[in-house]
Amino acid sequence: MILLVTLAVPLAGALLLLLPGARFLPGDAAVRRYGVAVSGVTLLLALVTAAVFDHGEPHRMQQGVDWAWAPAIDLRFHLGVDGVSLPLVVLTALLTFLCFVHMVRHPPSGGPARLLTALVLVLEVGMLGTFLALDLLLFFVFFEVVLIPMYVVIALWGGAGRRAAAYKFILYTLLGSGVLLVGLLLVAVNAGTLDMVALAERHGGGLSRGVQITAFVLIGLGLAVKVPMWPLHTWLPDAHTEAPTVGSVLLAGVLLKMGTYGFVRIALPVAPEGAQVWAPWLGLLAVIGIVYGALACLAQRDLKRLIAYSSVGHMGFVLLGIATLTPVGVNAALFGNIAHGLITGLLFFLAGAVKERYGTGDLAALGGGMLTSAPRLAAFLTFASVASLGLPGLAGFWGEMLALLGAYRPDGGLPRETFVTFMAVGALGAVLTAAYFLRLLARVTHGPVAEDRRDAVLPAPTSSEYAAWVPLVILTLLVGLWPKLLLDLTTAPVRTLLGGG
Amino acid sequence: MIQSIDYAAIAPPLIVAVAAIALLLADAFGASRRVLGLVSLGAVGAALVTVIALALGDRRATFCLTGDLRGNGPPSCSYVTDDFTLIFQGVVLAAALVVVLLSLEEITAAGARLPAGEFHFLLLAAIAGALTLVAARDLVLLVVALETLSLPVFALVALRRYDGVASEAALKLFLVSVISTAVMLFGISLLYGVTGAMHLDRVAPALGRVPGDLEPVAAVGVVMVLAGFAFKVAAVPFHFWAPDVYQGAPLPVTAFLSVVSKAAGFAGLTIVVALGLPAYGHVWGPVLGVLAAVTMTLGNLVALRQRSAIRLLAWSSIAQSGYMLAPLAVGDERLPEAVAATVAYVAIYSVMNIGAFAVVIGFRRRAGAPAAGPAPSWDTLDDYRGLARRNPATAAAMAFFLICLAGLPPGVMGLFAKIVVFRATVAGGATWLAVVMAVNTVIALYYYLAWAARLFAAPSGAAEPPRMPRGAAVRAAIGAAAAGAVVLSVAPQLVLQAAAAIT
Repeated sequence: MILLVTLAVPLAGALLLLLPGARFLPGDAAVRRYGVAVSGVTLLLALVTAAVFDHGEPHRMQQGVDWAWAPAIDLRFHLGVDGVSLPLVVLTALLTFLCFVHMVRHPPSGGPARLLTALVLVLEVGMLGTFLALDLLLFFVFFEVVLIPMYVVIALWGGAGRRAAAYKFILYTLLGSGVLLVGLLLVAVNAGTLDMVALAERHGGGLSRGVQITAFVLIGLGLAVKVPMWPLHTWLPDAHTEAPTVGSVLLAGVLLKMGTYGFVRIALPVAPEGAQVWAPWLGLLAVIGIVYGALACLAQRDLKRLIAYSSVGHMGFVLLGIATLTPVGVNAALFGNIAHGLITGLLFFLAGAVKERYGTGDLAALGGGMLTSAPRLAAFLTFASVASLGLPGLAGFWGEMLALLGAYRPDGGLPRETFVTFMAVGALGAVLTAAYFLRLLARVTHGPVAEDRRDAVLPAPTSSEYAAWVPLVILTLLVGLWPKLLLDLTTAPVRTLLGGG
Repeated sequence: MIQSIDYAAIAPPLIVAVAAIALLLADAFGASRRVLGLVSLGAVGAALVTVIALALGDRRATFCLTGDLRGNGPPSCSYVTDDFTLIFQGVVLAAALVVVLLSLEEITAAGARLPAGEFHFLLLAAIAGALTLVAARDLVLLVVALETLSLPVFALVALRRYDGVASEAALKLFLVSVISTAVMLFGISLLYGVTGAMHLDRVAPALGRVPGDLEPVAAVGVVMVLAGFAFKVAAVPFHFWAPDVYQGAPLPVTAFLSVVSKAAGFAGLTIVVALGLPAYGHVWGPVLGVLAAVTMTLGNLVALRQRSAIRLLAWSSIAQSGYMLAPLAVGDERLPEAVAATVAYVAIYSVMNIGAFAVVIGFRRRAGAPAAGPAPSWDTLDDYRGLARRNPATAAAMAFFLICLAGLPPGVMGLFAKIVVFRATVAGGATWLAVVMAVNTVIALYYYLAWAARLFAAPSGAAEPPRMPRGAAVRAAIGAAAAGAVVLSVAPQLVLQAAAAIT
């Protein structure tokens, strides 16, 4: 039931904002506080879910809700949480809450605060629902819920090129979800059930090899747009760059994870034979994404765009982990998901702060010497960059290391030489990642302050910025120093999903 | 031997038909426009109540073959009131109710030049045809009903005699319609020649036993029959009439064409292929599949280029026809599921499309002098800029209808319609068609979204944009459609369950 309430709170919160503004919460400040309160309650519920979660049996679906919704198409309102989805649920609730906290003092300009609050709450419903749904069509419905709110957020509160970016985002992702729907239905009609748990238990039983191959490529393509996998990533840099800070944080922090989560939760367990066939291709595109992302980052001039392209590389590691089809690789993928959510969320918060203070995200225009002119902001930026490049001891390290390790010893049915090559190329990509982040730091935080900025007084981070950044820093450290925290949760369910017993 | 008639079963079309004649007479005796409109509204409402009452009772059938004619064969009733019929009669009447509401102001407004009596008579006659069509279970009654639906529509389109565009549109509609009817009749005669039966429950088994040398004849007959319905639902390549007619006709008539007439056409098509021709599923399945793919793709691509609201709706409703046809592409494999999907989609489409038309009609009439010819100056999509500032409720309703048509949450209704259609298509093994549909939904989203975004954009140009009408009838129409859309978005299973129950 707690899952139901977790979904109902933000939904009810959004619906209440439909009441006329004159009567209910007049004024933007009240609406912003309301957003913090509603998302705070949701975060609390997510934490309660984590607290009552039986950590002894993380592979079992817990807190299940299972109601018939539309029997005509076998659609059930089926929710549940296990070790794979729990961290993502908490991450979603946390990032949404931090976004609202951030907006209290730093509201983006572009439209009414009331609308923005309602949209982000609906977005939260869609994101949480995607991670909680255990019915293929219910998953799809929640997967679609995020599209319109995110489109409006980008189109109204975005930067100069917002309209084109918003269109690109929604058209691309809708194409992906259309193909995803076909794949899901192909599985559903051939297996005769929409229940993800039952489908995962069968491990492809009841689906012919041909169906599995077709279903995997359709579902995989649909999810790959969201991840995004090279070469389907072209919507991402525009959307991330143009979106307001909250939009970028949620896009990078949560929305991308819906794609990789779908791979682990649906594509791999439901169509294992299809996965065997396509895994080398998935791995190939993943390492291309890693190297391409890194090279593209080296060529970027805009801070937000650079972070956006770094996501392509990081999600490449996640996909590489998935492509190995081994427990190690898939654990790495899930770990990388969370780590990327924390670190890139932080990076986008910081990029927003930089843009707010300097009025630009252009690296050349920013000049150097941020450590002198804005020491605290620069310190956070350094931390986040170093975490993102995968420094051991921080969250970013484990996902990438384990993914490469997984590629060294891929599933028995996969060509090992190919994956070892992928590993080598991926490692090269990791080095390039370090290169561009260090280059970023060298250009922005170090060096002398630019002539024309020497007298400029840059405001110190506000309390609401600290409130948004510090939890992410702490979690990045915590997860990096104590990876068992997450790995213990995911190991058992991943074994169950992969059929390793 | 006299057939007994079950008057309860035929009450809905009967009420409407009697009211039509009464209206024509009343008009001759000089009844006021207002009275005529209210009587028309009342007749449709009464018919809708009868349908609801019939839905609570059992299945009824009438005009059945009597004793010795029947032999040992199936019951062979020409007119059947089962769940399928009732759903479609409900959809037709509910949509017709909105159409009549929309026409009230246009007809009754001072200075209106449309003849009120004729308008209501023709409209009700066409509705009676639609009601009969969805209940018809033999080929003769189907053709008669289809013509009863089509003939008044020619006149309705041409009712604005002073307007050249309307006359041209009517002529176009007439020519295409006559040709497709002729083709369909030829097809029916071939089917009759092969099977020796007109009742669908006799045609179906007979088609299963066609001797080898007659099979090509039967196949040609099947394809020709489809052509007639393809015209009615504006499927490519029988779609050419739609955009011109939609633009030229009085707007309530356009709404009628795109919703009521189309729903009836789909009902007829479904009846024929599912009840009469399952044995030739391998023939009509692929034909309908290709037709669906071409229809949705062409409709969407051309809609992308439209600048006029009404033409955009016209092309988008052609594209929507493609989605409705798609499930039937499965042929006789899992046919009941496909029929249920088409029925559900048609029902849901009717709600969202009539809503969009209601807003467009309200918007455009306020712009020009009422019923004094089209007002082209307020018909482009750009004219909708800033509607949200002046009429937030109307703009919100319009945006919701558009999002529903695009099939995205919060338009859950449209999303579910899409899901059932995809599901039936995939279940029947036509995965390729589902992929084509997936691509098409993306194209469609672009123009729906572009329109919806304009509603909330800042007004352009210096000209004072029109305010939405204060008229109660149009507002009631928009409100009713919006209420229906919201209810079905919260509980889409209502339609899905009803559609699944018919088979």
